[in-house]
Amino acid sequence: MTATETRLVTARLRERPQDSWTMEGFLASGGYTALRQALGMDAATIGPEVVGPSGLRGRGGAGFPAATKWSFLPPDSFPRYLVVNGDEGEPSTFKDRMLVELDPHQLIEGIAIASYAIGCNQAFVYLRGEFALGYERLTQAIKDAHAGGFLGRDIQGSGFDLEIVVHRGAGAYICGEETALLESLEGERGMPRIRPPFPAIAGLYAKPTVVNNVETLSTLPHILQMGGAKYGELGVNKSTGTRIFSLSGHVKRPGNYEVELGITFRDLIESPELGGGVPDGRKVKFFIPGGASSQWLTGSDEHLDAPLDMDFVQQTYSVMLGSGAVMVYDETTNPVLVAWRLAKFFAHESCGKCTPCREGAGWVEKVLYRMSHGQGRPNDLDLLFDVGNSISPGVVNAPFTQTTICPLGPSVVSSVASLHRYFRDEVVEMCSNRSPSIPVRAS
Amino acid sequence: MLEPQSLHPGARVMSEMVKVTIDGTTVEVPKGELLIKAAQEHGTYIPRFCWHERMKPVGMCRMCLVEVEGVRGLPPACTTPVADGMVVNTLSDAVKDAQDGVLEFLLINHPLDCPVCDRGGECPLQDTTLAFGPGESRFTEEKRHWEKPIAVSDLVLLDRERCIQCARCTRFADEIAGDPLITFSERGGHTEIATFPGEPFASYFSGNTVQICPVGALTSKPYRFRARPWDLSAVETSCTMCAVQCRGALESSSNRLVRLLGVDSEPVNQGWLCDKGRYGYDAVNVDDRVRQPMVRRAGELVPCSWPEALDAAAEGLRNALAADGAASVAVLGGARGTNEDAYVWSRFAKGVLRTDNVDAQLGDGLPAEVALGLPHATIADLDRARGIVVLGIDLKEELPVLYLRARRAAEELGVPIVELSATETGLAPYAASVRYAPGEQAEAAQRIVAALGGSAAGDADIDAAAAALAGRDGDIVVIVGRANLAERADATVAAIAELASLDSARFLVALRRGNVRGALDLGLAPGFLPGRVELEAGRDWFEDAWGAVPKERGLDALGILEAASQHRIGALVLLGADPVADCPDATLAAAGIAGARFVIAVDTMLTESNRRADVFLPVTAWGEQDGSVTNVEGRVQRVTRKISPDGTSMPDWRVAAELALRLREDFDLATADEVQDEIARVAPAFAGLDSAILRRARDGAVLPIADHPDDLVLGRLSLALTDASWEPIAPGQADPIPPEPEPEPVSDAEADAADGEATAAGEAEPAPEPELARPALHVWDGAVTAPGKPGRDAYALRLVSSHVLYDGGVMTTATPWFAPLVRTAVLRVHPQDRDRIGVVDGGAVRVTSARGQLDLVVRGDVAIAAGTAVLAWNLPDRGANALVDATSLITDLRVESIR
Repeated sequence: MTATETRLVTARLRERPQDSWTMEGFLASGGYTALRQALGMDAATIGPEVVGPSGLRGRGGAGFPAATKWSFLPPDSFPRYLVVNGDEGEPSTFKDRMLVELDPHQLIEGIAIASYAIGCNQAFVYLRGEFALGYERLTQAIKDAHAGGFLGRDIQGSGFDLEIVVHRGAGAYICGEETALLESLEGERGMPRIRPPFPAIAGLYAKPTVVNNVETLSTLPHILQMGGAKYGELGVNKSTGTRIFSLSGHVKRPGNYEVELGITFRDLIESPELGGGVPDGRKVKFFIPGGASSQWLTGSDEHLDAPLDMDFVQQTYSVMLGSGAVMVYDETTNPVLVAWRLAKFFAHESCGKCTPCREGAGWVEKVLYRMSHGQGRPNDLDLLFDVGNSISPGVVNAPFTQTTICPLGPSVVSSVASLHRYFRDEVVEMCSNRSPSIPVRAS
Repeated sequence: MLEPQSLHPGARVMSEMVKVTIDGTTVEVPKGELLIKAAQEHGTYIPRFCWHERMKPVGMCRMCLVEVEGVRGLPPACTTPVADGMVVNTLSDAVKDAQDGVLEFLLINHPLDCPVCDRGGECPLQDTTLAFGPGESRFTEEKRHWEKPIAVSDLVLLDRERCIQCARCTRFADEIAGDPLITFSERGGHTEIATFPGEPFASYFSGNTVQICPVGALTSKPYRFRARPWDLSAVETSCTMCAVQCRGALESSSNRLVRLLGVDSEPVNQGWLCDKGRYGYDAVNVDDRVRQPMVRRAGELVPCSWPEALDAAAEGLRNALAADGAASVAVLGGARGTNEDAYVWSRFAKGVLRTDNVDAQLGDGLPAEVALGLPHATIADLDRARGIVVLGIDLKEELPVLYLRARRAAEELGVPIVELSATETGLAPYAASVRYAPGEQAEAAQRIVAALGGSAAGDADIDAAAAALAGRDGDIVVIVGRANLAERADATVAAIAELASLDSARFLVALRRGNVRGALDLGLAPGFLPGRVELEAGRDWFEDAWGAVPKERGLDALGILEAASQHRIGALVLLGADPVADCPDATLAAAGIAGARFVIAVDTMLTESNRRADVFLPVTAWGEQDGSVTNVEGRVQRVTRKISPDGTSMPDWRVAAELALRLREDFDLATADEVQDEIARVAPAFAGLDSAILRRARDGAVLPIADHPDDLVLGRLSLALTDASWEPIAPGQADPIPPEPEPEPVSDAEADAADGEATAAGEAEPAPEPELARPALHVWDGAVTAPGKPGRDAYALRLVSSHVLYDGGVMTTATPWFAPLVRTAVLRVHPQDRDRIGVVDGGAVRVTSARGQLDLVVRGDVAIAAGTAVLAWNLPDRGANALVDATSLITDLRVESIR
């Protein structure tokens, strides 16, 4: 059977490419009915009785159960805030951008449902600064939602008030980390906070705060409409529902695909409805299953036939589905060059707060640069592995162990660990034949 | 009033204790304490760079990672509070690996220029690498490079290549000093400490960042390349640059003072120093020091021998006494020396010369009756006060480290501050402000007192101030000083009287000059005898001890200068006093010195005032002399000699003793210790505080001891975990005195002694006469003659002139580091007034008072109340000194533009 998309969150933007982002298009395709439905319910029951049974897990990368996160809010502490993480900066992840640009009202509806469920009257969207079109459409949608009575005071006569502020980021990857995001939102330098206290206890402006991803919230209206249990039947094991995968690299049809969790990587990469396979009949050499922070998998049958199941891949291969970005590399690829490019990104984006990441990322990048530019040494990979061990003790773990404050440090190490695990011989071979740094002339 | 126990700074709130096992040893520690601190107090040093006991933890350097059973990964000990049953391992292989890793990372970009680095030899990064590090680096890439060093301020240089990004300096600037002028910029491996372009780290406290920097990234101009740490030796002493008297470790190399580091004295300075105190030691080293006695011959001061100079001085005094009696002799000054100097000079002036024309203040302070007789508060009382009322004075300019303490009380401990002042002070951002027109502060104080009594003033500021003070329990601590030298002290005294009517009010009398409190306590004020005793009350006691005291009350400084200007003073002693610079009435001061028939200068340097002296007796400076001093709260602490003075100068007190000898009185005092013992025996407020106890009192003692028993902690503490100066230095660490095997408790006898029982502290030294009752300490009755409300001149601006930290005083101008920091004279007025004068900012104006005229540059400033003009005191050339008539209630200025 050919694997296909299962469109829930992306249904509208596929079906109404002409006006999916407008109020008219949204209302014409059933928009805001889930919000009305939610407002008719006892707010306190939405988390445990609807979202809980749906098994919805965060779509930002960590995959933490959404209802559980909400339940950490201290019961009597107000005000509390909902902060939407729209700072999608993970290389090759581009799903939130699509949702914000093409279906902003769906996000607003999700925000309103979540805010109602957790008792929040002020939500913030931290939007990646580069999303110019998304910012334009989201702010327009918020205006329209106000005009339509879906935001502001006494929403739809329910007595529930909600305001949304959209804040544009200033170009730092680290601000996608929730506590750094909160710092940045408060006007401070974007650097992660020490936890505890966790945001649920003392987050934005030291108030109880829930930070949810754009896709997570965009999924909420569908869970309301389908019913939590029904949504929970989709997917596999504890990876319920659908997810949008951003497929890129050496595939014929790169793009965002919303699929039911549980199909295999091979389905995603090779199905003619989805990735369409590697061009020119080449083979997959390796692929990154969950964004740049994740460790890699190879083109072996075992790996390609692994299901898109967050827990399975983590427990079996120590990799993560992360932000849902799948990068495919064919057999012509030099893995060291890939590792260097990723390390360069992380070294550039390290915030500098804690030592292992600030210094280690730069070191790893410098060594990988040498290695990928003909100046490698045979023991370089061992050195990198050892350096990685100082950032992420044990190196090959997911979830990460870390000597750093946030997971950016261990993210640097993922590619090193993958080189070590799958391409050791190739790398050592490559580094044994380096060209001399000073050309030797024949005398 | 609160029980003394609850006020004791060291008194720990008894908190719940929990059991924690650290490396196999189970210890009891207060619940919630940070693991790194709990471990340290029980002898386990966990390496760290970013954590500092006096600042909030940030967990950045990752050096203090430890293993905690049941916790995933390696939590940092500096952000982990202890919990009952916690089992911690700081020595495991995993911890060791993490330590190796962090140190290797820190060193990959750190230049190994230790041989030319100021920190080399006492560098925490060096020391920690040696103790915990991997020993070698595997980094073969290019290190990062930056221009080095760059100046972040006039005093501090930054080498970004050495920086390990621990954020100690930025947190200090932000959290402790309230001057967030340095911060991180860029990110990742390019993270650097930076100032905003054009806005240097111009903080009065910038030197502290150099002390707490764990590497040589921050260095100070004064110390840079001056010494190697292993060539330094240190003693613990008190800074006497102002009356806070912060504890410090004073270091010298080759008999030259080269550095002062803050010592972490909990009740006083908590480890911090201001830059003026930290770098002021260079005033001791300067070439301008007079190193030989001089006498005037043929109109010139010429060097001579000590016997010649002393004989000449004694001759001058004898002549004046013979001609016009004791009332024609006067002593001005004494606030810059030690307690011993003050006492022996007091004994010499009052017991030998029998004159009461003695004043340690120069008309620039508060009457001694008020300063000595108010119910006193300690500095630590600020931490738990119901509220702090700052009356007039700008602490940031005059007593900077007290400003830090008040700021911390407000910011961290939630103590409300009410700032009752004529213009905005440094504490304004943390305070409810009430403004008054100069000379009208009593009315404002009275309205606050009334509002506290329950009647709303109808004035938003006053009601807000009263509301701020109503929220907590405890005492109100009033910090009062002489805020405005352009008005008589009367209005301030009247305002104090209003506030003193509050039952819960206690006072920190914030007079600024180094040891002014010690000088007043020891009788260098008209109408007083040593030990806070009034002349009449102590007459019998001191006649018994000394043989004689003055017949009647004498003149204060202004009275002395007035009398001298009318040629009624036959001999004037300037005891480290510079009235021309410091007396509010410079004209009167100059006339007084000119009018005195014979002038004896006892000083370290030539000043405008003592230049015309007939005899110049050079004395030792701070750092060259042992003794004790008393700070703003009445705390007596030791100062220590670190270097031998150049030349032949001797301590002030020995000069007095030598002069007494020449007037046929032998004090029989050979050492500072002997003077201290005599003070303890004779001066009532000092009862029990002899040299032996003072030597062992960790934080000194607050006078009188009987009222502050908990402030006297005997036996030195020495937490010799590290001697690196970047860690808080515990008292006793810099100058270790071995704790005596069995510290004597403060005997009942000593406590009783202060209560009036004439029991001697030691058997060998009997009280003067057993049947004589020790005189009672002076208490101010609060009686004031209302100064009246000064008349308003609608065309004039009323002058406020107060001291600024970097003024034109000898100590600042003589020190090369401070010279560029000395303020230029600018007349600051409200923009409305500036516009009314018809000038723009930077425009030239001519300022005319009843006393004088000055041409100045004007600047508009919304922090200045309309109708008021502000001009700093004692700036080079253009201070307000020439404008003030000390006898008038206020100083009105006519200001007109000059085209």
